Amino acid sequence: MKSILLSTVAVAMTATLALADGHSVVRMGTEGAYPPYNFINDAGDVDGFERELGDELCVRAELTCEWVKNDWDSIIPNLVSSNYDTIMAGMSITDERDEVIDFTQDYFPPTASAYVGASDGADWENGVVAAQTATIQAGHIAEGSATLVEFATPEETVAAVRNGEADAVFADADYLAPLVEASGGDLVFIGPDVPLGGGVGMGLRESDTELKEKFDAAITSMKEDGTLNTLLVKWFGEGTAQY
Amino acid sequence: MFSYCTDPDALDRLRWLSCYLTTGVHFSFYLSFLKVIGILAVTAPVALAFGFFGAMSARSSIAPVSWLGKGYIAVVRGVPDIAFFLFFVIALDQGFEWLRHQALCPDWTDPIRQGNDFLVCPQAKLPLGTAPQAVHQTYAFGLAVVTFALVFGAFAANVIFGAMRAVPKAQLETAEAYGMSPRQTFWRILVPQMWVYALPGLSNLWQVLIKATPLLFLLGIEDVVYWARELGGTKTARFTAYPHGDWRMWYFLALLVFYLFMTWGSEKILSRLMTRLTRGQATTGGEAQRRGAAA
Amino acid sequence: MSCVQTIQDYALRSIGIGERLLPRSDFTVCEQVVLIGSGMIWNVYFGFMALATGFFLATAVALGKGSANPWLRKPAELYVFLFRGSPLFIQFFFAYFVFLNLKRVYPFFDPFTAAWLGALIVLFLNTGAYSAQIFHGALQSIPKGEVEAADAYGLSGWSRFRRIIWPTMLRLAWPAYTNEAIFLFHATTLVYFSGFPAWQQRGDALYYASYFADKTFNPFVPYPILAGYFILLTLVIIGGFGLVNRRLNRHLPANARSKMKLRPNLIR
Repeated sequence: MKSILLSTVAVAMTATLALADGHSVVRMGTEGAYPPYNFINDAGDVDGFERELGDELCVRAELTCEWVKNDWDSIIPNLVSSNYDTIMAGMSITDERDEVIDFTQDYFPPTASAYVGASDGADWENGVVAAQTATIQAGHIAEGSATLVEFATPEETVAAVRNGEADAVFADADYLAPLVEASGGDLVFIGPDVPLGGGVGMGLRESDTELKEKFDAAITSMKEDGTLNTLLVKWFGEGTAQY
Repeated sequence: MFSYCTDPDALDRLRWLSCYLTTGVHFSFYLSFLKVIGILAVTAPVALAFGFFGAMSARSSIAPVSWLGKGYIAVVRGVPDIAFFLFFVIALDQGFEWLRHQALCPDWTDPIRQGNDFLVCPQAKLPLGTAPQAVHQTYAFGLAVVTFALVFGAFAANVIFGAMRAVPKAQLETAEAYGMSPRQTFWRILVPQMWVYALPGLSNLWQVLIKATPLLFLLGIEDVVYWARELGGTKTARFTAYPHGDWRMWYFLALLVFYLFMTWGSEKILSRLMTRLTRGQATTGGEAQRRGAAA
Repeated sequence: MSCVQTIQDYALRSIGIGERLLPRSDFTVCEQVVLIGSGMIWNVYFGFMALATGFFLATAVALGKGSANPWLRKPAELYVFLFRGSPLFIQFFFAYFVFLNLKRVYPFFDPFTAAWLGALIVLFLNTGAYSAQIFHGALQSIPKGEVEAADAYGLSGWSRFRRIIWPTMLRLAWPAYTNEAIFLFHATTLVYFSGFPAWQQRGDALYYASYFADKTFNPFVPYPILAGYFILLTLVIIGGFGLVNRRLNRHLPANARSKMKLRPNLIR
């Protein structure tokens, strides 16, 4: 225990010396409701792929990091007004978001979004499709011919299909996969996969270029030595896309 | 929590439930009830103070001061409070930082609004970027208190303003006849005497304040609503030792019971307080008490 | 895009008429004013419908509460306590989940999880309880001379209620009932912030205001617009209820008419 404490202090001290711009503690914003990317575990802590990845990135970038939860709705406004310094919340890199904030390179390769319904025959094309508010998936449905119904959390979008509120839910395939698996046939993948967005990256303020470079370098090093792939397989299974 | 909780799948229902309800997340949930009570305990006196000063300024004989007080009361009450809650917190936060920025970093040349970013110098950040998470949470909590107090202060101001006018003129005239200055009359007669008239309105306000606390959720505080939604949602076995279906209905039922209990309890306490304050007052209630005692 | 064009595209957007997609970038003030105004349709719908239906429920419950029969009085008291003692915000959430569970068993409940019906029912029950309390208070303070006079004229039962008690109750309750109305219209903004989802991005005024605040990261434009709309709506309610108040008090000599005291309330 003592050695862990000491090493944290050591990291903290180097971080303070290394950073002149006030980032002695980097605050990492996440949603905590999007397993396996991020979720709250039984003990009440932030857990998941992004937690593990983020902690490792901070070690490599020699930063002290701290996790903060924030609602998805206001996750970008709160970054912009400096309530935390980064967003790691399964956020796809899109042009729309890129105008407002900056992204590091992707740490999760561009993947498919998928439809899940209660049965094979569910109408994902013209029926009622649930998606989380202010996501690329919601934007995609709004442009198509299906009826969009929006919920504040990803959990609620899936619940909407379970209780018949919506014909299908449209979300990241990786988020849906464990739920379909655990549902015992109540939920099934339907329709084609749709590639959306430019992968998942870490969001930062546009003015925070120094921090962005540090994390970019750390992600590159994790991609090169294969540790990022190990993490991907650990959280998303063998079948997931890798670098 | 309990020693038998290591393998929840093998437990019978009751034991499973006892383990489930004592996980770390559930303690965060229970703590959020304390948060609600805490915000009530802090907000009520602050709002009362806002209300008192609002009423004093609305009564002022200096026209601009009186307009200010009356304007404050009118504007806050005309708008749905939820709009204020969503708006005020960001506005207050940026306002404070802007003020500190002006004071602490006079040499700063970069514009504060760079595109979408609101950027002040690091020394002016609230809380400081270096502060631990606890400070950030306290600050968010403080902002919520101020926002609540601003809104409820306007309502309290209105009640107190009315109560000050309800104090019988004769009592104030008597004070003057005894040679008290206007200031003495205000503090020694008007203020102590007005409470009995203000209490019905204030206790109503307190009930409304209790019922407004779920809106904390919209201010980004992890309150009872946040945790009820989080914990009640369907949980799959991969990410928790306690998988379950959609239990949100039961969590919200618990919240309903909590709030019913809070309002019921404070009604009992407030009616006792009213009985006490009524003692010896020149009101129908006071008269009834006097007669009751005599008989 | 000119502002007239925007009005054509978005003035009825909240009920699904007009442009399908919401504005995505380069937001103009005109767009914000029009869309938030469009959302007001829902606030007015919820407030108006709940008041119109809740009024009758409230009258019935107020009578029940004043009844000597415990089988009528107790349920009425319990109902008023449940809905006045808990936050509307939580009632919305809870009702949504209850409707979801009911729907699974009885297909009859299918439309209840949509805001237009489900949230309306909650608002109806909620305003019913608050108004019942106001009406109950008014019933208690009807001058006993009026009731005795009615008896002396041989009025009884329904006609005594219809012609004497009910109008007097309304007259006494009206100022407080006006506050309740204002208060209810403000409360309609909570609908889309609770459990009820927005379909095809059709929401109320606050839904669009927060949409713009999210997209522009600037709360200083949409929320004041919303506030402006609500101040207008409040003035309209005060005006409308004031007319009714004049009518209710028209038989009284001018100096005895109760003046409307305006005490707009806050969230419940």
